[in-house]
Amino acid sequence: MGRQSTLLLVAPAVLAIGVFMLIPMFIALAYSFMTADPYGGVQAPLTFDAYIQFLYQRDFDDSLVFASDYILIIVRSIYLAVATTAICLVLGLPVAWYIVCQDAERRRLLLFFITLPFWINTLIRTYCWILILRDEGLANKLLRALGVVADPLPLLYNDGSILLGLVYTFLPFMVLPIYSTLERIDPRLIEAAYDLYASRVAVFRRVIWPLAKPGALAGATLVFAPALGSFLAPDLLGGGKKLLIGSLIQMQFTSSRNWPFGAALSIAITAVILLVMVLRSWRAPQREARA
Amino acid sequence: MSRPFDWRHTPGFGPLTVAILVFLYAPLLVLVVYAFNASRMVTIWQGFSLQWFVAIAQNGDIRGAAENSLIIAVCATIAATLIALAGALALERGTLTFGRSLVHGMVAMPLVVPEIVVAITTLVFFSALGMHHGLLNLIIAHTVFCIPFALLPIQARLKDMGGMLEEAGRDLYASEWKLFRRITLPLLMPAIGAGAIMAFVISLDDFLISMMVSSAGSTTLPVYVYGMMRLGVTPEVNAISTVLLAISVVFVASALLLGRKRRAN
Amino acid sequence: MIELTGVSKTFTTRDVGVVAALKEVSLRIDGNEFFTLLGPSGCGKTTLLRLIGGFETPSTGRIRIDDLDVAALPPQKRPVNTVFQSYALFPHMTVAGNVAFGLEMCGWAKADIEARVKEALALVRLDGFAARKPAQLSGGQQQRVALARALAPRPKVLLLDEPLSALDLKLRKEMQGELKRLQRETGITFVLVTHDQEEALAMSDRIAVMRDGLVLQVGAPKAIYDNPNSRFVADFIGEANLVPGKVLGRNDALTVAVRPERVTLGRLNGHGARARGEIAGVTFLGLDTLYEILLDGTRVRARVRDAGEPFQPGDTVAVDWPDTAERELRH
Repeated sequence: MGRQSTLLLVAPAVLAIGVFMLIPMFIALAYSFMTADPYGGVQAPLTFDAYIQFLYQRDFDDSLVFASDYILIIVRSIYLAVATTAICLVLGLPVAWYIVCQDAERRRLLLFFITLPFWINTLIRTYCWILILRDEGLANKLLRALGVVADPLPLLYNDGSILLGLVYTFLPFMVLPIYSTLERIDPRLIEAAYDLYASRVAVFRRVIWPLAKPGALAGATLVFAPALGSFLAPDLLGGGKKLLIGSLIQMQFTSSRNWPFGAALSIAITAVILLVMVLRSWRAPQREARA
Repeated sequence: MSRPFDWRHTPGFGPLTVAILVFLYAPLLVLVVYAFNASRMVTIWQGFSLQWFVAIAQNGDIRGAAENSLIIAVCATIAATLIALAGALALERGTLTFGRSLVHGMVAMPLVVPEIVVAITTLVFFSALGMHHGLLNLIIAHTVFCIPFALLPIQARLKDMGGMLEEAGRDLYASEWKLFRRITLPLLMPAIGAGAIMAFVISLDDFLISMMVSSAGSTTLPVYVYGMMRLGVTPEVNAISTVLLAISVVFVASALLLGRKRRAN
Repeated sequence: MIELTGVSKTFTTRDVGVVAALKEVSLRIDGNEFFTLLGPSGCGKTTLLRLIGGFETPSTGRIRIDDLDVAALPPQKRPVNTVFQSYALFPHMTVAGNVAFGLEMCGWAKADIEARVKEALALVRLDGFAARKPAQLSGGQQQRVALARALAPRPKVLLLDEPLSALDLKLRKEMQGELKRLQRETGITFVLVTHDQEEALAMSDRIAVMRDGLVLQVGAPKAIYDNPNSRFVADFIGEANLVPGKVLGRNDALTVAVRPERVTLGRLNGHGARARGEIAGVTFLGLDTLYEILLDGTRVRARVRDAGEPFQPGDTVAVDWPDTAERELRH
């Protein structure tokens, strides 16, 4: 294939993503330095207000007062995203290992059932938990029928229900990359380790885990990034009261009409995620070089 | 007598995997069961009924939203699949050297950037340009984030195939265009099909980006359903959610089967 | 040392059903012996090795190592180490890390580990490679690391699963001598699995020839070569002409095996020859020439050294061999 036809073929993809995704990022970056228009959109003059807003509130006399509201939301978002990643890792690793250890037919079947939820509407998957967790939901009904509790437990609209929703949404993202690294491990390496007197724990710690780490890292990024910016789980299961960055950003473009602040928040989480990815790819080539 | 040594067996992992599968599927089952419940009180079972499915089918707003969703998904799928096919050919068979990783990075962007960021940057972009074309805005936005989903299976298939067959075709005097029509395209067909189905499902299911970009006349089905959910748990929501669930499952199962055929070939 | 009594192993597979990989095998392998399990692929030799190593559990029968019944012991509790086919070196550890692994797992002190690793690497002539990663080594060097790793804990038995099959011919020959030397120097019992009869003959103290899950013959290389007990063994170990008895004027249905190098060819001069045949093919092998002769419809090979004027295809020749070269085979 000639250079000209290559460029011709690659142009649509590059243009589509460049024009409608990359350029909008830069426009958002520009918007984050502008002043909010109370009717939506932005206006002059240029200002750092949007970023200052992360930490400070402008008082009536125009002086800056430290306000922890937003920073707390950001910290809580990061904390929930990290917790989601950790739980998914702890659950996903044994599941991936179990699947790898099955014969080909069962492996295909199990992989299908792990992959399928990835393609099912997140809105609907999240909504299912409302049916289960709300006061008149299945869980409370069961608990009351069993006589465990008299009054319904407040299972919905707290950090726990958000976390549950996040784990439920993103667990497949963790299992699949770990599975694909584990699958490539030569079974003879495991046998060699047992042959050299290693215990089950030692085989995991010294052989399986080091070889599975790249997959676990990929899985962690795939879970962490969307969990950090998630909207549906906090919105539907957190009741919109317990805000996370995702819903905070969305609010700036709807009810709050503070586009620059929303843009600034978006830039901030994109930066965090890019940083995580750069750190990862910075370490990855070193690993390859050693392999 | 203890179990004979078998490193493939770790006690407890089997039950854990079963538990995880139950965790993944039980909530969906609850939804489906409730959708067929005759009672308006969602949690009290009063017998099997299809009445809620009839109700949503007769709801004009839902029909309108479903029509929008379908138009957007079909247009976005066609556009994204064509763009992805061209892009995959360029990446796997083209002469990109230094640009390759750049293109790779760009194509992966919709997968990596959080959806909310994609949503608001797209909104900002359209408003900055003063583009208010309703459905067209949505089709453009959907096309962009569907590209990687259509591209991945096509690119994987091209990689699997290797260049041997095409070289054999060239050796037998095929022109580049004939080569594509007679050799590359037929072999790619299952992957193109799988990629298109994935793109279609992703477009049909998209909520966040659609919500931010859509305007009054261009509401999509998930956006409408989200609005219903905000008002509370109703049998209608259960029924329409079940329909969306069924569509995803049917399409994705067929795409995965196509993918398996690809490997078997 | 190692004693297998009536050991069987059956596998259940989805497509074929129950497969018997080993059928009632009984074997004794002595201490300080270089023992080889030889047979074509699918004969059960690798299964037998994995049973000794503890990676599989026998369906029936007993396995004793040093008078200790090990059938129920997992591999990490057996005084047996394995050199795996394609080596199975831990890719994320250095050469020294690989060799030290077994010692660490046994809870050795750090200084002792260091000393033993050094010693083991010296034994396989890899001093100076300790800090490398397996991927930075050649195939032959990886092979040596695998040996050092398996020998470092000083097992009672070393199992080798087709250890040389991934190496090219020249390296393979070199490693054959090396393995033999290591066995002598360490005094550890080596159990080697191979499908290469030349390799088996070159290295082993004793060989067990296997086929279809059965051990057909056990003995020293020369004994098996000179006195094969079946057509299969005669044909598998070295080359053999299997000549039906009646060609030679006998009437019972037995088969006679004759090694090609014992067959002599001569110009026809009317007497003395066992039979006459026609040259059907000539292959020049360097030092020797291999002739294929049609003898009453049977193809016989003769490996002849320096025959003077070579025969041409189509020549009629006198075919002969000494009576002592014949081995009667009943099955």
